[in-house]
Amino acid sequence: MKIAVCIKRVPDMELRFAIAGDRKSLEQSGLKYDMSDFDGYALEVALQLVEKQGAGEVVLVSLGPDGVQETLRKGLAMGAARAVQLKADQVPVDGLAIARALAAELGAGGYDLILFGRMATDTASGAVGPMVAELLDLPCVTSISHLDLEGQGGTARRDLEGAAETVRFPLPAVLSIDEGIARPRLATLKGIMAAKKKPLEVRPAALGEVRLTIESLALPAERSGPKFVGEGPDAVPELVQRLRTEAKVL
Amino acid sequence: MPDMFAFAEARGGELRKVAFETVAAARRAADATGGGQVHALVLGAPGLAARAEALGRFGADAVTVVEHPGLERYAPEAFAATAAERIKAGSYRAAVFSASAEGRDLAPRVAARLGLALASDVTAFELRGDAVLAEHPAYTGKVIVTLRLVGAPAILSLRPGAFPATEQPRAARIESAAPAADPGAGRVVVTELAQQAAATLDLGEAPVIVSGGRGLRAAEHFKLVEDLAAAFGNAAVGATRAVTDDGWRPATDQIGQTGRVVSPELYVAVGISGAIQHLAGMRTAKTIVAINKDKDAPIFKVADYGIVGDLFEIVPRLTDEVRKARSS
Repeated sequence: MKIAVCIKRVPDMELRFAIAGDRKSLEQSGLKYDMSDFDGYALEVALQLVEKQGAGEVVLVSLGPDGVQETLRKGLAMGAARAVQLKADQVPVDGLAIARALAAELGAGGYDLILFGRMATDTASGAVGPMVAELLDLPCVTSISHLDLEGQGGTARRDLEGAAETVRFPLPAVLSIDEGIARPRLATLKGIMAAKKKPLEVRPAALGEVRLTIESLALPAERSGPKFVGEGPDAVPELVQRLRTEAKVL
Repeated sequence: MPDMFAFAEARGGELRKVAFETVAAARRAADATGGGQVHALVLGAPGLAARAEALGRFGADAVTVVEHPGLERYAPEAFAATAAERIKAGSYRAAVFSASAEGRDLAPRVAARLGLALASDVTAFELRGDAVLAEHPAYTGKVIVTLRLVGAPAILSLRPGAFPATEQPRAARIESAAPAADPGAGRVVVTELAQQAAATLDLGEAPVIVSGGRGLRAAEHFKLVEDLAAAFGNAAVGATRAVTDDGWRPATDQIGQTGRVVSPELYVAVGISGAIQHLAGMRTAKTIVAINKDKDAPIFKVADYGIVGDLFEIVPRLTDEVRKARSS
């Protein structure tokens, strides 16, 4: 089984963000980057599928500047066989441009599965996976919380608002993986050493026309701070009073 | 005068609240720029046409109803083909979907089919000149990105709860149409839709959410949260990731970056410290109440109202007072 896993390098969300002077990008100093959380789950799913079958390979693909090589090496250390960097000066916000570049790389690869995380933790769009599927005319199931493969197809579970869907699909397919489905393994020292020798190809990203751009970035309006903070159960009547008269939610 | 397209989501033969939100948002955007037509599309099993008129109340001028037994459940390929065909048939400035689980699957497919720009999980937008500007909270809500979409129509998925379903009545023209692809020929088939008990309000639709965190100390203490939610009468129960990871609550109750992102009128955080991952899921709530024993907990930084102290004393009292307030 041949599986591609598309991964994105994103900033550490625990850090403070500042807007750069151009008002369109983040201040880079102090930012740390890592693989987007959901992509780790997708990679783990891929590694387990190949291990279970005893044959095949997991190929990593990431689009972006040379910094993504570090993230690709991390995935190689976890157990992927090889990696491809689709080189671009920066990752565009236009998901369709990214999807075009990925589809151009993946289309002729003969993959049984193309996996994505449910969404990148930075842009939180989750659009690139289904877009790649459409461009390649492949079946696609998004946001999968449970996956069973059997023969030339599989069944997946998707959690909706207040409901869950069971979805059947044939292979080859594009899937996006929700968290919790399989805990990503940590790279072993042996894996980290091996990763240094694994192939990492660099090719230019064929992004095409970009129709979605950043107009501006802003930090969210600070909430003005609490209007009222009381102490202990005796503060409850005042809270309820304020919820009625001030916030008008009761 | 720009025309707008709105995808109206249905489930189990009923329109969902997000259907009214997308139509109302499309109506407001059209009216803000001279008042074009709003065309809505709804797909489902036969019988849905009877529900379609309701979309007129929220501002639809025309509703296209596509009924087919094979559309009873979400059929991604037939839905995408049909939505793309309807969008192409009009001359729309923007096409709005909900950023619900279904909309997040559907909107990117439609955008890719039509080669159009998509902005996901949008919390505000305006038509400006030839472009559409759309706001989207990114980086776990810590940065607001304003996106510029060029090329018409711009495709947007709107964050559930961020756009009020205000009534702006029109006498909607109801038209029926056939699906653009045979629903029976789809490669991806939803074989089962398991609904949660109808009595529980969905997190995305409830005006009030009462959420519990580790501060509750044990699964059985979630009763306190449930009782408070019941006292409000219109509340759903949520939880932090720590709580769902520990199995105190089902994973579907999780609010946060990796769970549900919600924007209720009122969010009551009980025993929740306010980790970034949780704040990303609820910081756009209109009013936030925090109850926590630690006065320095980050949740108080985003709260509008707070009580510091023992939640086991505070919450039962609050439940009583809310019940009293609602019956007076």
